[in-house]
Order: sequence, then C-alpha cells, then structure tokens
Amino acid sequence: MLITLNGESKEIPADASLIDLLALLELKPERLAIEVNRQLIRRANWQSTALQEGDKIEIVHFVGGGSLA
Amino acid sequence: MSDKLIIAGREFRSRLILGSGKYDTFETMEKALEVSGTDMVTVAVRRVNLQDRSQKSFLDYIDTRKYAILPNTAGCYTAEDAVRTAMLAREALDTNWVKLEVIGDERTLFPDNDGLLTATRELVREGFVVMPYLNDDLIVARRLIDAGAAAIMPLAAPIGSGLGIQNLTNLKILRQMITQVPLIVDAGVGTASDATLAMELGVDGILMNTGIACARDAVAMAEAMNYAVRAGRLAYQAGRIPKKLYATASSPLEGIID
Repeated sequence: MLITLNGESKEIPADASLIDLLALLELKPERLAIEVNRQLIRRANWQSTALQEGDKIEIVHFVGGGSLA
Repeated sequence: MSDKLIIAGREFRSRLILGSGKYDTFETMEKALEVSGTDMVTVAVRRVNLQDRSQKSFLDYIDTRKYAILPNTAGCYTAEDAVRTAMLAREALDTNWVKLEVIGDERTLFPDNDGLLTATRELVREGFVVMPYLNDDLIVARRLIDAGAAAIMPLAAPIGSGLGIQNLTNLKILRQMITQVPLIVDAGVGTASDATLAMELGVDGILMNTGIACARDAVAMAEAMNYAVRAGRLAYQAGRIPKKLYATASSPLEGIID
C-alpha cells in the first residue's frame, strides 16, 4: 500500500505496523518520534498501530540546532 | 561556588547555554561544548534522513550524562507547529523541557508574539517547562510569565547576526522589572565582550550558537565565552564603581617629592 513518509511516497506491505516500518527502514527506535496524520503516536503504541493506505507519516530525530537560520 | 542558575527548580553550574548547530564537524562541536563549561545544549527536531542511514547519530556526540538536552522548536512559524514539535521532542527524548520559538519573519527571525503566547499556554497545560525566545519587550515577557513560562529569553540582536546587545536600555529595564523567572539573553551574541556585557547587567544566563560555531576557531571561542560569562557574572556581583565625569586620583596626595 502507498503511504507518505517524510514527505515522500513509499510502498509498504499492507497491515504493516510502525515497528514493521522501522525494521523495513533499518531504523533503531531510540530517540525517534513518530506522527501519523499529524498525531503523535506514543512509543508504547508503535507495535499496535496498523498503517493504512494514504497515511502521512513523519519520523523525526534530533539534529544540531541553536535557532534556525 | 554556589551561585547556580536555577530554572524550574533545576540547578545549573554554568550560566552559558549552547546551541549545537552550524559546527564544521561533530568533533568540533563536542570539543566546544566541553571547553565552554556549559551544562545545557539545545537541539532541533528534524525528519530522519531515510536515504542516508550511514550517518553517525548527532546525539552520539553529546554526552547526555554531562549535558542537559533542551529541544527547541526552531523553524516553526505557527503555534501549532511549535506545539507539535515540542510533543515529538518530548516523546523522542523523554524530556518535558522545551525552548520555544515561534518565528514571525524569515529574514529577521523575530518572534511571533501571538503564536508564542498561544503555544506557551498550551505547552504549559501539557506539563512542559517552557523557555520562550522573545523580543526584548517587557509586556510580552510579562504575558509569557503569566502564561506559565519557566524563564524568558529575550534576544540581544537577530539570530546569528553577531551584533551583540542592540538595545541596552531595554535589557536593563527588563532585568530590573523581571524577577519572577530567570532572564536568559538569547541570540545575537558575536564575541566575548557581548556576553560579558549582558552578564554585567545582571541577567541570569546567556544562550548562544552562531557566535561560537561560526567563529574562525570555534573551540577557542567556546573557551572565551566560558571566561566571558563568568567574568561578567563576577563583575556584576562585585559591584562596579560608579561612572564619573572627572578624575579621582588613585595614589595618595601626601608625600609627593618636591
């Protein structure tokens, strides 16, 4: 199924959970946060959150920053 | 030495807070943090780069046992985005502290006061320790404090401009009138004397990024800022002499040879 991930279209298996998605992306779950359709999804719910066609996902982490310039 | 910076009940030895952006290399950033003596570092929240997973994690270069990590909402132009970003940061790092930025203009990066107030109220309601970046405006500062801000962070000059304190009078007024929460000067510091001047006014702390990260020798500048902030604080506590128009001799008037 097609989802939008960090602004880009991506094809992922149907019924994939967020945990499945992280594994697919080879991302370690530490110090990450995830939004699905602008809703923050708590880490404890990543396993149980089933993704759906058309979902917009943001996966963020920390980078260097003082203020944006 | 027990002159600590206290924010929301938490103590910090250093009155210098550093940003982590714009360094040449992560190694330089790491060294700069160390020689600056800082206890707290700001970080920004951004999308993971899904194409290039080989990159070493930026946070690997920040020893989280030594430094408190303060997520910021850099790049947010609306209260909604700032709140979203703060929530994401809290989830990712398990900290409810946030340096709040809601920007109103791309060129000056001056804050949007409405957005700032709205976001502060909502984040305070959500249990965050909110430290907003604002103009050196007393009325906005008071509103933010009423809304529950844990500190106020007025800018000295536009972010990254290196201009130093542009409105000394305003900052003096703010320092005198704001006593309920710490006052931390944020943005615009260019060199050591800018930091020292702010501390001599009696502000509680300074946050800077570009002034160090983009100096020709960032590590040397970080060390300079360490001294600068401490010197300014000591001078403030020491109580300076008054300014006089005419001379007052320093050596005794008796015993001069004829």
